[in-house]
Amino acid sequence: MSNASVEPRPNSQLDAPAPQPPEPGAPENWRRFFSFSTDHKVIGIQYIVTAFVFFLFGGLLAMVMRGELITPDADLVDRTVYNGLFTMHGTIMLFMWTFPMLNGLANYLVPLMIGARDMAFPRLNAIAFWLVPIFGVILTASFFVPGGPSQSGWWAYPPVSLQNPTGNLINGQSLWLVAVALSGVSSIMGAVNIVTTIFRMRAPGMGWFKMPAFVWTVFSAQIIQLIGLPALTAGAVMLLLDLTTGTSFFDPVKGGDPVLYQHFFWFYSHPAVYVIVLPIFGVFSEIFPVYARKPLFGYKVVVVSSLLITVLSLVVWVHHMFASGTPGWMRMLFMFSTMAISIPTGIKVFAWVATVWGGKLRLTSAMLFGLGGLSTFLFAGITGIMLSSAPFDIHVNNTYFVVGHFHYVINGAVVMGFYAAIYHWFPKMTGRMYYEGLGKLHFALTFIGINLIFLPMHPLGLMGMPRRVASYDPEFAFWNVIASLGGFLLGVSTLPFILNMLSSWTRGEQAGDNPWRAIGLEWLVSSPPPHENFEEIPIIVSPPYGYGSDEPLVSNNPKGTFEESAASTQIANLAGEAN
Amino acid sequence: MSSVNVNVKPDPTLNSQAAHSHEEEDHRMFGFIVFLLSESVIFFSFFVGYIVYKTNATDWLPAGFEGLEIKEPLINTVVLVSSSFVIYFAERFLHKENLWGFRLFWLLTMAMGSFFLYGQAVEWMGLPFGFKDGVFGGTFYLLTGFHGLHVLTGVLLQGLMLGRSFLPNNYEEGEFGVEATSLFWHFVDVIWIVLFLLIYVWR
Repeated sequence: MSNASVEPRPNSQLDAPAPQPPEPGAPENWRRFFSFSTDHKVIGIQYIVTAFVFFLFGGLLAMVMRGELITPDADLVDRTVYNGLFTMHGTIMLFMWTFPMLNGLANYLVPLMIGARDMAFPRLNAIAFWLVPIFGVILTASFFVPGGPSQSGWWAYPPVSLQNPTGNLINGQSLWLVAVALSGVSSIMGAVNIVTTIFRMRAPGMGWFKMPAFVWTVFSAQIIQLIGLPALTAGAVMLLLDLTTGTSFFDPVKGGDPVLYQHFFWFYSHPAVYVIVLPIFGVFSEIFPVYARKPLFGYKVVVVSSLLITVLSLVVWVHHMFASGTPGWMRMLFMFSTMAISIPTGIKVFAWVATVWGGKLRLTSAMLFGLGGLSTFLFAGITGIMLSSAPFDIHVNNTYFVVGHFHYVINGAVVMGFYAAIYHWFPKMTGRMYYEGLGKLHFALTFIGINLIFLPMHPLGLMGMPRRVASYDPEFAFWNVIASLGGFLLGVSTLPFILNMLSSWTRGEQAGDNPWRAIGLEWLVSSPPPHENFEEIPIIVSPPYGYGSDEPLVSNNPKGTFEESAASTQIANLAGEAN
Repeated sequence: MSSVNVNVKPDPTLNSQAAHSHEEEDHRMFGFIVFLLSESVIFFSFFVGYIVYKTNATDWLPAGFEGLEIKEPLINTVVLVSSSFVIYFAERFLHKENLWGFRLFWLLTMAMGSFFLYGQAVEWMGLPFGFKDGVFGGTFYLLTGFHGLHVLTGVLLQGLMLGRSFLPNNYEEGEFGVEATSLFWHFVDVIWIVLFLLIYVWR
């Protein structure tokens, strides 16, 4: 404890006329979200909101596709338009939604969780964010160029992606490549920043094994960005040169090697799945202990398995290319490495189940989304192991089985994990509570919608329905109708969420510092946290997730001396209640 | 510390708490090293691409082309690799606060880097094949061009640092700019050695 309680220090709260923390949602401070702010909390929310807008856009494209697929004939949109729709849907959902959204969560939470005042490079952080709307506009602009947007799928495999029917220099494909390259630049800036922050700016006492699991997973994910993303950039540069200047890197007619592009692409884009899902694993690891009132089961094993996933994720990419003329030995090798990666992932799943097991569960919206995300992820994991087997993969290659599998990962686990994170940290970000009833309605619609749209894709895939087609054999109609209805339901499910967020942010109940009685540095400061987060850098004395133990997390009061006694009592109470 | 505190008059009791605020550590070098490690993967990818093309190609060299001349590139290599030592001495002079020694050796590095770029340009002009001549032409110009861009960036950064060395109090907040430029130069050098072995030595 500091001795400052003996000699009171002038506190800004005494002198400032305005109340601190600022009135959440008050009109005078919303403008900062439209400014070049260098505050990691503002940037975090900027990322999340921008990404969510693109999520709605990408979802709208998906709903048009489901509208097309509700009948076997290609009748709603032109086939070339349909090609553009699935290409842009995939691209937007990955590069404009999941990466920026997760960078937003990491931006907001990592400095708070490790006891830092901001990221290591605040200005770089702001630049990385402002690139997002820029490449978003470039990507969206491709709808309006002659020939429309790229039609080669989000993989942009040559030689399909090298076709340039309009002959223009500025075409859908080249805009796509520029946008993806800029997205890479932004992600590398973010990754350098986050890795440096986690390495160098942890509060005193926060050793690696006292870091919250979310920080571990963000760290592991950003390492993947640093190693993998440059490979995609290299491939994209070569593809852009082929497309615009007429080189022959990937053009088989001129002696190029299109399979090499696939290697470049998947060397990054498979690990990218782990970039996306690892932070969501972190969200699960944060949320289950809070709402089960139990420490995270096997904390050390859980966090080390994140690093194991990072390492293994760099050697599994060829499983996307089992059907690309890959030699047999390579198939075997990557089949086993792909199966091996399910081990650290499975460790995590068991740890979460064990955390929830026998806990005093509170089924708030965050917990419901956490459990929902966990169950859909488990399902995706099982189909994932099926797909890792080369014979099975070749059988269902490029069918709806694969589409169903990865949508269970991305829409099931990742989007539900995102909602869980938003509900959990919403009171911290805004200082307001959300409406629990709307949250539960949102969960019900989302969970039913996701299963209704993506479950039918598995039987469809096994029956042999190929992906990326606008029309299909009438025998596939039954499951497609169900999937389309589920898709529309999923679209509707965002409405209660948006309503909840907007109304809660402006007129929800005041949340207080720690409405969930959670243990973590971010819950020791006010909601929303003040500029620069901590009046006094916290000194960490206990490992995280001390539910049920009587140990305080920190030895000082990060809010400053002003409310010192109140906070320490609160910590003691928390520990008591958890028993 | 909240922004409101800016308006508060300095108070002697604040000193006991001063340690808690804005003594920010310098993380720039760490961040720059992380960036360079990541950047090296782009080169690594290009190298792997080159190796795959070369080992799988049936007609590697363009028709009527015997192979690359090695003599001038070798001179270029020696100059570039030596400049890494020269820049190291420049840095040493700066640490010893010998500004003119620093500037002299720094300028010498710039001259050697520029010589390399000039040599590269002369070589490009004399080659009978272009960017579009098969994967050999493509990878050759891609690799040397991408590396050349890095050399150019290095020389420009060195020019900037040289200019800034004339500003008063330039080094009061550390020598990050000079150290990072120097590290970048070593990086560009190491990449060139690999590149030289792959393109010119490996037949």
